[in-house]
Amino acid sequence: MFGKLTLEALKHEESQNSAVLSMLFCGLILIGLITYLKRWKWLWHEWITTVDPKRIGIMYIVVVLIMFFKGFGDAIMMRLQQALAVDGPGFLSAGHFQEVFSAHGTTMIFFVAMGVVFALLNLIVPLQIGARDVAFPFLNALSFWLFAAGAMLTLISLAVGKFSTSGWLAYPPLSGLEYSPNEGVDYWIWMVQISGVGSTLSGVNFLITILKMRCPGMTFMKMPIFVWSALCSMILVIFAFPILTATLYMLTLDRYLGMHFFTVAAGGNYMMYVNLIWAWGHPEVYILILPIFGVFSEIVSTFSEKRLFGYVSMVWALILIAFYSFVVWVHHFFTMGASPHVNAFFGIMTMVIAIPTGVKLFNWLFTKYRGRVHFTSPMLWFFAFVLNFTIAGMTGVLLSSPPVDFQVHNSLFLIAHFHGMVIGGFLFGFFAAFTYWFPKFTGFHLDEKLNRYAFWFWMIGFLLAFMPLYMLGFMGATRRLDHYQASTGWHPLFVIVFIGALIILCGALVQFVGLFWSIWIRKRNWDYSGGDPWNGRTLEWSIPSPPPIYNFAVIPTVDQLDPLWAEKQRGLPKNEIVYEDIHLPRNTPMGFYIGIFSLIFGFAMVWLIWWLALAGFAGILICVIIRLSGKDAHDHISANEVQKIEESYRTGKQTAL
Amino acid sequence: MKDSLTIHHKDTLELNPDLSIPDPHQDTYSKTILGFWMYLMTDCLVFASLFCTYAILHRETFGGPSSRELFDLTTAFIETMILLFSSVTCGFGMLAALKDEKRKVLFWLAISFLLGASFIFIELREFSEFVHAGHDWTKSAFLSAFFALVGTHGLHVSFGLLWLAVMMGQIHYAGITVDTFRRLSVFSLFWHFLDLIWIFIFTFVYLMGVI
Repeated sequence: MFGKLTLEALKHEESQNSAVLSMLFCGLILIGLITYLKRWKWLWHEWITTVDPKRIGIMYIVVVLIMFFKGFGDAIMMRLQQALAVDGPGFLSAGHFQEVFSAHGTTMIFFVAMGVVFALLNLIVPLQIGARDVAFPFLNALSFWLFAAGAMLTLISLAVGKFSTSGWLAYPPLSGLEYSPNEGVDYWIWMVQISGVGSTLSGVNFLITILKMRCPGMTFMKMPIFVWSALCSMILVIFAFPILTATLYMLTLDRYLGMHFFTVAAGGNYMMYVNLIWAWGHPEVYILILPIFGVFSEIVSTFSEKRLFGYVSMVWALILIAFYSFVVWVHHFFTMGASPHVNAFFGIMTMVIAIPTGVKLFNWLFTKYRGRVHFTSPMLWFFAFVLNFTIAGMTGVLLSSPPVDFQVHNSLFLIAHFHGMVIGGFLFGFFAAFTYWFPKFTGFHLDEKLNRYAFWFWMIGFLLAFMPLYMLGFMGATRRLDHYQASTGWHPLFVIVFIGALIILCGALVQFVGLFWSIWIRKRNWDYSGGDPWNGRTLEWSIPSPPPIYNFAVIPTVDQLDPLWAEKQRGLPKNEIVYEDIHLPRNTPMGFYIGIFSLIFGFAMVWLIWWLALAGFAGILICVIIRLSGKDAHDHISANEVQKIEESYRTGKQTAL
Repeated sequence: MKDSLTIHHKDTLELNPDLSIPDPHQDTYSKTILGFWMYLMTDCLVFASLFCTYAILHRETFGGPSSRELFDLTTAFIETMILLFSSVTCGFGMLAALKDEKRKVLFWLAISFLLGASFIFIELREFSEFVHAGHDWTKSAFLSAFFALVGTHGLHVSFGLLWLAVMMGQIHYAGITVDTFRRLSVFSLFWHFLDLIWIFIFTFVYLMGVI
């Protein structure tokens, strides 16, 4: 009846029990709060069923925040274990430690970083290209709910059963049935598979949005650079995610049907898995970082009051990085034993990527040169980004040389390198973007003082938490260590690293509290500039904040890059606006239903509850058929209503979202 | 119908005078077709990954039968012909839809359905013969790769059949409208795509397998 699922699945170690209890406690408080404030209907009509990319973007950020705290908890536990477990077992068992680092990587990459990318795209791309919507609004909602279903499965795995112990990429043969017979790897497979399908659909969606829905006059070379970065990133999604889907599919077949793709026995080839997963995995890191390059290009240009230096070279750098990202995957496993020629090719290609990346860095610096630079908190994140990204980039080039890589392969040197990229690069970029575009979607600013405190905590904490890892790597400390001898001399550095992690935690808490504090005191930080608080350059700043549901009352026509800036420079009086009727896609709960059924399906597959899996799958099929058999439903906003809404903005009556 | 088709083919940013078509700014037909092409490319990459693994594993027979001993070209050829013909009949269905001839559309779609179903039937029979002869997918990496690649194609065809049945239902009840025509075009892309994948399977797996 319940497959492998028994009450045993609810038994955990102390630390995990407390996490589960606090999770349940938070969930109950949230449910209680929504009921007390009588907000269920509002939640359903305004959020859960929505197909508006702005709201979907905000929902992505909510899920990201939850998952970020889970992933961060994992990180703190690892660092605490390593600070304590010198000549002893520490506070986590070896098995639990393995679950923790597997969960940390999975959560952070799949449910934080990917969520951030799609949040930014949902929020910014339609506004920057002068569109009212994305190409396939329902598909967009569906992608979000698949992502949320995957995230939910991650949280469930915390409470019910065990997580995978085979790392965030689940290399076989360890992840095969023979060595991981329990449900952990299955959890990993299904959470990644479900959210991965969502990512592929989003990739298609945003590619078509950018190709087809730009406003009149916006040719490719007049697209804002963030849109360019999104375009390149989505092309990578389309090329890379199907490989992930296929790879996980084969691992699934190995585990569920006893096939021999990646087993040691019967002629399987586990290095094939490693090749396939990195053929997705390397482009994946560029999927994450390219939009952040776009973010910083926008921020540097706005806060230097100068056009972006070398726009064309920026575009070509993006395209080149996107291209090269597909010919470097072997550098993740030089030690596989490929011939020197193969390793040399991939090593050189990896070094070559540094060139377009360097072009971008210099372009940002030249953008600031003789500009009027404002030292706002997004710019602080930018300065930190330049420092950290350059250090991590240079250690990356060091790692790209196969002989060096043989020495530090899978050591903490590597961990320091890629955390420099994903924290110093990606995450700092997200914080900058969050601060920069926050007033656009809420109508008020984040508290600048708290932003600065958070920045310094993060910056100092990051340096303390990751610079010693470079040294530890050289001293021979490998990644994923749950204990070590005092005679190695690593202990002091691990303690410093733990202190660094705590300082980062302070930064994250300041941000978290700061977000709610800023909402509380929003009247004080209200943006009265009519939607253009930073003296912006691109189209999203030309409309009021928070944007009306239709984004643009009149679809703009542009004749150059930075159209808003040009308009402000010309200072011409605004034309008489002729309002028009607007059609918008109607809300639908189908995306939510399919997400729920996917969650049921995934959970049932993990525990081999076949009838439930069948029911979940049938539910998905039926929902899809119902959705694709109906007429495309649209809501109609008349020109009069549009005029009323626009005028209410001008008189300042329109407030929160 | 003809009018709505021409309207939806016109990739324009001008206001369309016919307001019954949802948001005149946003050209649903061409967006959907392009989007579906992109989806097909992602699916194509899934198959590409499976083809790669098949290429790597097809010599790893682990003492079991090799492709030369296992495959019967006659069956594979019949399957190929059936699938190709179902593509042709699907094409006839599209032509009939362009002329707004509902009954003909249903007729050709039904023929395509029957051909697709018989393809699946023959494929399953081939699979069961293999399994009964003791050559199932757990026996060697070669057999795993074979069943996974060909089976995934078969799974796609099966979903195609479900989709086809739903399309026939829609056209039966709603007739050929802007919506059903767009969905039918998308379906026919999918059906032809599966044909193309099968041609590669026939070539790389069956023909080259018996050389």
